[in-house]
Formats: sequence, structure tokens, C-alpha cells
Amino acid sequence: MSSVGAAAPAAIAPARAARRPPVRTVYRWELRKLASQKRTYLGYGLAVLLPVIFVVSQLIRGHPPRNADSIFAGQIFESGLATPVLMLTFLAPFFLPLIASLVAGDIVAAEDNNGTLKTILTRSVDRGQVFAAKALAAATYGASAVFLSAAVATGAGIAAWGFHSVRTFSDSVVSASEALLLVFAANAFFLIPLLTLVSIGVLLSTATRNSAAAIVGTLGITLVLAIVAQIPGLEGLHPYLLTQQYFAWQGLLRTPTDWSPILHSLWVCALYAGPALIAGYLVFLRRDVAGG
Amino acid sequence: MSDPVAEEAQPVRARGLVKRYSEVVAVDHVDLNVRRGDVYGFLGPNGAGKTTTLRMALGLIVPSDGAVELFGRDPMRAGARALRGVAGFVEAPRFYPYLSARKNLELLAALDGGDARAAIGEALETVELTPRAGHRVGGYSHGMRQRLGIAAALLRRPQLLILDEPATGLDPAGMRDMRELILRLAAEGITVLLSSHQLPEVQELCNRVAIVNRGRVVYEGAMSDLRRQGGAGYRMRTTDDDRAIAIAREQDGIERVARDEQGIGFQADEHHVGALTIALGAGGVGILSLAPELASLEDLFFRLTGEAPTADGGLDGAAPPSDGTLVEAR
Repeated sequence: MSSVGAAAPAAIAPARAARRPPVRTVYRWELRKLASQKRTYLGYGLAVLLPVIFVVSQLIRGHPPRNADSIFAGQIFESGLATPVLMLTFLAPFFLPLIASLVAGDIVAAEDNNGTLKTILTRSVDRGQVFAAKALAAATYGASAVFLSAAVATGAGIAAWGFHSVRTFSDSVVSASEALLLVFAANAFFLIPLLTLVSIGVLLSTATRNSAAAIVGTLGITLVLAIVAQIPGLEGLHPYLLTQQYFAWQGLLRTPTDWSPILHSLWVCALYAGPALIAGYLVFLRRDVAGG
Repeated sequence: MSDPVAEEAQPVRARGLVKRYSEVVAVDHVDLNVRRGDVYGFLGPNGAGKTTTLRMALGLIVPSDGAVELFGRDPMRAGARALRGVAGFVEAPRFYPYLSARKNLELLAALDGGDARAAIGEALETVELTPRAGHRVGGYSHGMRQRLGIAAALLRRPQLLILDEPATGLDPAGMRDMRELILRLAAEGITVLLSSHQLPEVQELCNRVAIVNRGRVVYEGAMSDLRRQGGAGYRMRTTDDDRAIAIAREQDGIERVARDEQGIGFQADEHHVGALTIALGAGGVGILSLAPELASLEDLFFRLTGEAPTADGGLDGAAPPSDGTLVEAR
């Protein structure tokens, strides 16, 4: 069909008093956009698959690992609730940051590549609202991946080894229901450093305008910091490395609860996330939208 | 809500607009005056700075110097508020390829506060995309995306429609229908700022025009004035062309008398043409036909910019300004 407007438009009414929508409207559409993209499910697929593979591999092996360096590794066959803790320990340094980076690094750059940034920025929405909605959507995705992974690990662990009490890092025993609560809380506190990484991803996505560069860059920061943590003589830096904060949640699994790593993690992460978000916002606010 | 300032203000007013990219000056002190009810042509070859100017007008890129106001509001200062009553697209309209046309429009309506949602069906109907509204935009042809771009603009019920090369990539029938749609929208009171490198398009649609070349406006004003500057010419056929030429050359105010295959051409104002007809009659020369012959936009553009039109009436590439520039920038 080649015609345009062969059908007469209804008389054009006076200009609509376009209203500035609230950020939650923009945020909701960001989530809908994420839900409509296959790439979104790649990360979720990883979050589901890794715990399942872990549980199946343990079932096949039939016994806990010898010389387990974690108290929870030794309890795999005693309680299904040891599985989500082990999985968080295993996924926290690389896989969960990878999943979060997939969306955080892409969320602004993809609009640049598609040329759709000009489409949304010529409506009634301010740049600050778009940036806030995108940052929130990226954070939501990262958080949902963490809890999805935790839910699968918990479900698979319980299905395989039952809903029983577990021993904490302090060797104290907590009931199954309390352990379940601690698993949830541990994942929630892991979000502090993860969402910090998301902030960095959003900054890189905004500044580089290139999805691949932003995703690799975000993950690269995690890897570089992890390498820095291994360099002898730099031990003094460790408490301030983002990667060290990935394990602050372990303070919850002590009796009594050790809040100091969590509180430390809070302010250290704020030092990373605050400037990243502010810089991303300022770049987004002033940048030329020249593509597409 | 009515906005008294916007009601009174000019739809587009640009003053000294400049955009530099390092050493390259893409837009060089451009002034634009789009008035209410105009179908305003922004004409120039590819790379002349048209799209960059429109992007600055829509607040997408920051001017290096100067300012542009839409209904009295500067997008750099007022943000999205400056775009109230304004819609359109620059370069090809872009949409989310993984969403359907309807979902794309729902998204855009939501970004306009949600009130436009009810108008989605009507907008899709206007551009005849209703049967394909549920299909993903990723599978759309270029022409369908252009039409969806118009639908997205209409959702805002604009008073000012900014269209950047809207007919590019359309087949001849699509181009014709796009022009008809623009004329219809203009007839309904929408001011249109139309960027184009297609001379026939601008000639057919626009009442005012800015001609831009190498980032500079070389003419801005009414199409009729532009043509007048090209010289008000006349062409006639008579019963005795030799005698007619002799009489015409003796008349005051009759200039550039010349004969060709179509008859006798000359330049004069209306008053002197009247005197010439009387003189021809008195001299026993019968007038078979006498018609005004305005210079075509194509001729004028060539004289203003030194550009050579392409076979399809389009303009391609940039050339140094000619010595025949009629109106200097600014």
C-alpha cells in the first residue's frame, strides 16, 4: 500500500494540552520494553539455569564436596536451604554482575543505536524523567534476576534435600523458616553492590552510546577490581573495592548478626553509585541526540 | 490549558542559530521566521544543515550559539514544555522494532500524559495502518514507518508540525498522498515546517520558504516574493512577431525582449504590459496569447546557491555559492 492519509482525518482538534507524565509512567514503559526483548530473557535464563545445573550436578555426584571451604558447602545434602546461600556465593562475583550489566549497559545505548531517543525526547517527557526511569528499570531488572536465581536455588535445593535447619558461619543452628528469611535478606543486601554496578552500567551506557562497550566496560570494572584485590601490597584498598562488597551479606549469616560489613558496604557503595548516577544524569541532560 | 504567551507567539523563531562540530560549522547563523498558518519550506541540498537546525529546534541538540523558540519557548530552557503543541520527526521516524505499531503509539501517548491514547485508532486510520497495527514495526517498510511517524505526530494534536523529508523513500503514489495529507492538515490550521531537498515538493506545498546552503540561509521569505526577485516575465504570441518585437523594444519598461520557439519573451511590470498591448493594437498587431511566466523555484534555487538540480527535481551535495546570489544570509 502506498497511500498516506487517503482516509480523511477527523478535523484536527486544538492542540492537546500534553501533560508531563509522572516518572512511574515512563518507568512502566521501560519495563514493558524490557519484557518485549529477547535479550532480557537471556539474563533470566542464566539466573534460572545456573542453580538448576548446580543442584543436578550435586545429585549426580551424590556426596558433598570434600575439603569444602564453606560451611554451607558441607551442608548441601543436609538442608536444601544451604543451596541458595552457596549459589549466591558462587554467582555474586561474576554471573549476577554479568546479568545486571546486560541490561544496565544497554538501556540507554540501545535507544541511541535504534534512533528512538529522539522519538521519546520529542514528547512531553523531560530528559531527567527518562534517565530516572531507565536507571530504575535497569535496577529492577538486576534485582529481579537476583531474586529469581535465589528462588530457583531455594526451590531446587528444598526439592532435592528438604526444608531443614542449617548451621551459620558462626556454627550456630537456625531453624528452616529463619534460614529462609536469612536467604531472602542476604539476597536483598547483595543488591546494594549490585545496584551500584548497575549505576555504573547506566553511566557507561549513556556516555559511550554503545551497548557492547558499556556492557563489557561494566563487567570489566568488576573484573579489574577483582584482580586488584589479588595484587599483594594493596590490601589496604580491599575494604574500598566494590567487589569486596559483594560478600557483605555474609554478616547476616552469623550469630549474632554482624552488621559492620553491611553498613560499611552501604557507604562504600554510595561513594561509587552517587557520582556514577550524577555523572550519567548530567551527561544525559546535556548530550546531543544526533543519531538516527 | 491555554497558554496566552504561546497563543500570541510565533510558531518558530530562530535567531543566529549556530552549530559547530570542531572545525566544521554545520549551521551558520540561521534565522528562521515561521508564522501561524505557514506551510514553510526549509529547502536545501543534502548536508546543508537542515536536519541539524530542526534538531536544535526540537531541543535534541544544543546550539553552539543563538537560540530558537517554539511559540516563544526555548527548548534549551523550557525542556519538554517548549514542545507543547509541537510534533513531528527529524530524519526517518524511528520506533521500537520489537513492539507493534499500536504499542509504539500507546507508549508515545503515555509519554504525552495518556490523553492521546483515545486518538490512536483515528491516527492509525488516517495513515491507513489499521490493518497492520498489531504487527511489529521491525517488519515495516520505510514508507510504513514514515506513515507511522505522521500518526505519532498527529497524536499530539499539534499546532506546529515539523517534518523532515517526509516523502523520502516513498513511492510516487505515497509521495502524492503525503503531499495531500500535508495540504489537508495545513488547511485545518496546522502550521507546517517542512524540510526538503525536493524542489517540486516545496513548490507545490509551501507559501514561504528558507533556502539553505552550506549551513547558511541564502533566502527567506514568501515564495511569491522569491519568484518576483527572479523577474516577472511574460510570454506572448502575435500575428506578426517581427513587428511586435520592434514595437516592444520601443516601449518604456519593456526589457529583455527575445524570441524563441514558444513566441516572444520579455520582462515588465503589469502597468507597462498594459501599455504594450495598447501599442501593439494601435500598430496593427493582433495578440494571440499573453501570459505571465514566473521563474520556477528550480531556476531560482540554482541562481541562489549554484546548485544543480538532479533529474528528479531533488538536490544533492553542496556547491560553492554562485555569484548570482540574490539575497545574502541574514
